[in-house]
Amino acid sequence: MTIELTNITKNFGAFAALDGVDLKIADGELLALLGPSGSGKTTLLRIIAGLDWPDGGDVSFDGENALKRGAGERQVGFVFQHYALFRHMTVFENVAFGLRVKPRAIRKDEASIRARVKELLDLVQLDWLADRYPGQLSGGQRQRIALARALATEPRILLLDEPFGALDAKVRKELRRWLRSLHEEINVTSVFVTHDQEEALEVANRVVVMDKGKIEQVGTPGEVYDYPATAFVHGFIGESVVLPVNVAEGRVWIGDQPLNITAPNVGGPSKLYVRRHDMQVGSESIGLRGAVRHVRSFGAIQRADIAVCAGGNETLIEIDTPRDHALRTGETVELHPRRFRIFAD
Amino acid sequence: MSESAIALYSERGGARGEPWLARVVVIGLTMLFLTVFVVLPLVIVFAQALTHGVGAYLAALAEPEALAAIKLTLAVAAISVGLNLVFGLIAAWAVAKFEFPGKTLLITLIDLPFSVSPVISGLVFVLLFGAQGYFGAWLQSHNIQILFAVPGIALATTFVTFPFVSRALIPLMQEQGTLEEEAALSLGASGLQTFFRVTLPNIKWGVLYGVLLCNARAMGEFGAVSVVSGHIRGETNTMPLLVEILYNEYQFVPAFAVASLLALLALITLIAKTILERHLDEGRQVRDN
Ligand SMILES: Nc1ncnc2c1ncn2[C@@H]1O[C@H](COP(=O)(O)OP(=O)(O)OP(=O)(O)O)[C@@H](O)[C@H]1O
Ligand SMILES: [Mg+2]
Repeated sequence: MTIELTNITKNFGAFAALDGVDLKIADGELLALLGPSGSGKTTLLRIIAGLDWPDGGDVSFDGENALKRGAGERQVGFVFQHYALFRHMTVFENVAFGLRVKPRAIRKDEASIRARVKELLDLVQLDWLADRYPGQLSGGQRQRIALARALATEPRILLLDEPFGALDAKVRKELRRWLRSLHEEINVTSVFVTHDQEEALEVANRVVVMDKGKIEQVGTPGEVYDYPATAFVHGFIGESVVLPVNVAEGRVWIGDQPLNITAPNVGGPSKLYVRRHDMQVGSESIGLRGAVRHVRSFGAIQRADIAVCAGGNETLIEIDTPRDHALRTGETVELHPRRFRIFAD
Repeated sequence: MSESAIALYSERGGARGEPWLARVVVIGLTMLFLTVFVVLPLVIVFAQALTHGVGAYLAALAEPEALAAIKLTLAVAAISVGLNLVFGLIAAWAVAKFEFPGKTLLITLIDLPFSVSPVISGLVFVLLFGAQGYFGAWLQSHNIQILFAVPGIALATTFVTFPFVSRALIPLMQEQGTLEEEAALSLGASGLQTFFRVTLPNIKWGVLYGVLLCNARAMGEFGAVSVVSGHIRGETNTMPLLVEILYNEYQFVPAFAVASLLALLALITLIAKTILERHLDEGRQVRDN
């Protein structure tokens, strides 16, 4: 099932939670919605699910207007940020719920319902918990039950709101891999929300980066990481070093010091963005230098705080260099960005 | 008190830095107060009712007037609890699950019956339905009797006991939020299925709690009922009204016999309330972890 969102807006009072969102999701895709807290990820998901209505714009599934259908008729499986399991029902009944509330005419008989629930519990590897109540499960178990419940009715779209948000790092990693293989198995169009970039980059086919109710960039994990479209994306994804610069006629200045790099398409006050591991020390000079303030090493790398003079102000940046090139606190070093991006302010 | 018990007391007191004497005095005073103002009256009610033995007690309750009062009280309680159960559920649902303008006003209005003297509540109904009231003429021309009859008593009681169910449910439902309902909806459940399969089971102990308190108050209500009842013997006297009438006529055994039933109701309510509160607490703990 394809999903198409056109110019979606949603306001809460005077606050625009979504501001002209356009997005096409292909059939069978596993898409990650990535963005900082409050960027509108949950709101967007709820609108797709029919739990909220946009103030403007269109939602269509397979080219058909979805807005005229209620949440129950959209065949969307929703896994909530905080599970939302039915606390007074056993795990079994939770998973069976969607099957039991179907209209009598299309409801399966009890034996088929039991078989289907059993199958789903096997799928999430928790069949031994069937008689427990949600309150007696761990967070990761609840999460998987919530997923099984959403899958029970064979939804055509699966929406997951921070499915691993409340779990510890190890369980997250496990479930992440598991979600990926599950998606390969059942191949239902899926959107999952996260504010963990590693999670998004690792699990999804495509990543949508959101900020302040707008989509900043859509692309494969590689594209978003290597070719960030905006300053926000560069800063939000991956570790970045940011320096204030000024661009005049293609020439880049830091303070009153010209740099030996060019920025053809920008002008005026701008920011120089460099991945932390792309900032090299000492090799060649482009006119960028700074004073080493603090050095600490772990494993194969050393991390240094370096104060760069930009105009009258000092900007403290943090870079990673190989350990064989020892840095001493107090020395002045040449900095050379292997790759960089410049975005106008 | 045995020596070891005294030792234990002073030890604990010492650990908390309070002299054991202060503890004993404070606890003793509380006990004394409770005994004088709560336990003693209860005991006296039963003692008075039984002064002439069990036979006289049962005979007093078997009097037609007493039986009529008991029946009326049960009927009125059933009606007002029924109505308030429905109203209370709807009001709590509206307040807890939806955002709308005027919500604060609604919550305040729900509490109104608690802050108005019951006598005033009764008078309002007299003003509305009495012969000189707003609807008086219309009611008379259609031959509908509200005041000095069962409908008036039921209405007044319903009004006075309105807040119990909704009060018990609003905080519970607010705390539970709407997530489970949304999950049910997106799984394809209809509104009614969502209510009966998800919402109601989650609040059932709260509903019972509200109904219990509502019922206790409905059966015991005096002020509002007294104004609208008209005190027609054997017809519009509820148990509390009958107790007063009998007492004023110096019929102490019958008065206390009927009163003892109300006292019994209070005791049962208290026990049931304790049990329900335990269930409510358990529910909360399950939710918290
Ligand atoms: N019901 C509501 N009433 C008012 N404001 C709301 C409501 N729901 C969301 N908002 C606001 O809309 C914005 C987007 O919220 P949303 O829940 O979509 O963020 P999010 O990206 O999911 O954040 P998080 O990562 O913290 O879950 C937030 O600023 C939030 O305060
Ligand atoms: Mg969210």
